[in-house]
Amino acid sequence: MALLEKQMQVDQENFTTRNGQSLVALLQEVQEQYNYLPEEVLRELACARGLSLMEMYSVATFYKSFSLQPRGRHKIVTCTGTACHVRGSEKVTEEVSRMLGVKPGGTSEDGEYSLESVNCLGACALAPLVVVDGEYHGNMTAARVAALFREQLKKMKGQSAESFDKVIEEKAIAGCSCARLLAGEKN
Amino acid sequence: MVALQTCLQSLPELLNLQQELKRKQEQRKNYLAVCGDTGCTAWGSKHIKDVFQQCLEQKGLNHTTGLKFTGCLGLCESGPVVIVFPQGIFYQKVRESDIEEIVEKTLLQGEIIDRLLYQDPVSGEKIIYAGEIPFYRKQERVLLADNWSIDPSSIEDYLALDGYGALGRVLHSMSSAQVIKEIKDSRLRGRGGAGFPAGLKWQECNEMVSAQKYIICNADEGDPGAFMDRSLLEGNPHSVLEGLIIGGFAVGAAEGIIYIRAEYPTAVQKIRLAIGQAEALGLLGENILGSSFNFRIGVSVGAGAFVCGETSALVASVQGRVGEPRQKPPHLAERGYNNRPTVINNVETLANVPHIINRGAETYRLTGTKKSGGTKIFSLVGKVNNTGLVEVPLGMPLREIIFAIGGGIKGGKAFKAVQTGGPSGGCLPASMLDLPTDFDELSAAGSMMGSGGMIVMDEETCMVDLARYFLKFLNDESCGRCFTCREGLSRMLEMVEAITKGQSSMVEFELLKELAAVVKDSTMCGLGQTAANPVLSTIRYFEEEYRAHIEEGRCPAGVCRDLISFNINAELCNGCGACRRKCPAEAIEGESKTPHLIRTELCTKCGICLETCRYHAVNKL
Repeated sequence: MALLEKQMQVDQENFTTRNGQSLVALLQEVQEQYNYLPEEVLRELACARGLSLMEMYSVATFYKSFSLQPRGRHKIVTCTGTACHVRGSEKVTEEVSRMLGVKPGGTSEDGEYSLESVNCLGACALAPLVVVDGEYHGNMTAARVAALFREQLKKMKGQSAESFDKVIEEKAIAGCSCARLLAGEKN
Repeated sequence: MVALQTCLQSLPELLNLQQELKRKQEQRKNYLAVCGDTGCTAWGSKHIKDVFQQCLEQKGLNHTTGLKFTGCLGLCESGPVVIVFPQGIFYQKVRESDIEEIVEKTLLQGEIIDRLLYQDPVSGEKIIYAGEIPFYRKQERVLLADNWSIDPSSIEDYLALDGYGALGRVLHSMSSAQVIKEIKDSRLRGRGGAGFPAGLKWQECNEMVSAQKYIICNADEGDPGAFMDRSLLEGNPHSVLEGLIIGGFAVGAAEGIIYIRAEYPTAVQKIRLAIGQAEALGLLGENILGSSFNFRIGVSVGAGAFVCGETSALVASVQGRVGEPRQKPPHLAERGYNNRPTVINNVETLANVPHIINRGAETYRLTGTKKSGGTKIFSLVGKVNNTGLVEVPLGMPLREIIFAIGGGIKGGKAFKAVQTGGPSGGCLPASMLDLPTDFDELSAAGSMMGSGGMIVMDEETCMVDLARYFLKFLNDESCGRCFTCREGLSRMLEMVEAITKGQSSMVEFELLKELAAVVKDSTMCGLGQTAANPVLSTIRYFEEEYRAHIEEGRCPAGVCRDLISFNINAELCNGCGACRRKCPAEAIEGESKTPHLIRTELCTKCGICLETCRYHAVNKL
């Protein structure tokens, strides 16, 4: 908490000196830093900028890219644009959601994964599209989602300090169906 | 490189620099263009480029052979795409293991590698040169033409192709009235959707008396299924900047803003880089090229709201407010950004401007139709063989785009409909395939040009489901200001959902049509006024399909889940168990090597079993 307060002081100085900046841009900066819009920061900023909290809240909830909840360490995005839709993105999103045990727009209980479905990522030629941590995976099908996650989870293992086994264990506790998948992979 | 560090003070200095860079480029005719657009990057083209770089360095070829990481090369389906110049040899689906061979054989000995060549889906013949592939040959690439020779992160590449020459000419030999006249004469119409004549828009803003005016480039490409603006910004950002600066000069603005949607991080990065380069060369800033014209450009990043593509909502969003449209008039030309006269142009519209100035309005308008000049970029996607961006003269019939350029429908299936104009547009059936792609013709047919998304659908697409999809999209994106849009769309969505579940009636169907007309007539902005289009156009051309859902409880395309079921043909099933293992609902049972069975009460109809079965034993009813 102390760290957050200190950070906020620094932010405030930065933000208040830049009066010309629009509220959207300001919130984008906050989100970039914290990965979401923490309530305390919004309150402080509202005071500092002479805005009502309601104004802040209305902008923060109007735009889709803002989140008032902390988001997961790994971000999974499914595209639901028209081109993706006609090639079956709805089923892909459903399958991703089922695998992660997270609804679109939500984050897993352990804070590992966030799932978002967006209207178009502009890579329509690759429809349907799933993006895992900024990496694009095209021509996806519901049946291929399992293989994609298997591949991706292996990569995540490499980056993460935790051991592979521990990830599986955690997943098993969270009751996530990934556990089943990973356990199968390990055997 | 020394020359690039100086600030250009006059037109001759610019022309000298262009010549110098052109000479340099001519010395380096051998180069590889690796597509760096989102599509090919998803196929791993970034890595391909890096490996090429290493390979060229190892062989000591990096001084004689160029390597460009370009914008979209077009055939996104075949990525990663690599074109070997000067010959223009087109290689598709290039893997890391192919790179050494390409350098050794093609680059050094001019040999063609057969397995990497593009195969025409119609004739089956293999094609060597990019220019001979029907996908490219039948296009008229003007805006996208330079993508093959430009590295978007290099202003030098753009300058070597006489880039910013149009700006130089405008600043030194034309008045704002002359520029506007030229644009009006060219018959350039706004490429963002509504198709308003661009010259007229500029004139309105030019005539306003104000100490401060603004020009905004609308890069909030929200239409799902369209990505031409992203590709222009990522592939040739300086052409958009040049158009924007000329526009600023024409309307008398000293400040330009580029509003880009947040979903395009690469475009944001590329355009910021380009602005920095232009500033460093004095192509932006005070007294541009020694003239009295001052202009600067800022970037504003959106935060994810479709309605912000509407001009008044866009202005609200740039100012940091909730992106709600407002009543017009007063038009933005009177009261826009900061309550000052503002003109908003789409990315593609602006990218056309330097071409009009360079070629002259007379020549420019030779391409296109009587009422609208030039070319239009479409994003040809969906169930078509060659997906990607295509640039064609306005007025080209839909059939030619979909079949001659797009290579027809995937998997030899039957064409059913093409959706143009995004969520505000409509679906056109096979009988309308000879319709020319023109603003007025498409509107008269119940669709619209929109920003240029062209989504092709085959017999396996359900039109009722598609109408539901668009309604859901628009219902999510409605800002909620107008009651008829906010509530009307929710009710329409409920009604269409009921149809997809087979729980509707003809009485309700009539009500749906009536409600659609009300929403169309009684909302304030473009989003609401066109929101009923997907429903109305599908009803207009595919009423049969609606009736099959309502009266017979049947989805002819086999899409609507409540109206279909899956079963396994016991004669074809050999009991391999692949479907059983993959079924997420654990709804398939059966002993190994005996025919399996789907328990319908557990089945979620996800279709994974159908996709998985190699013996075609799973049926969809």
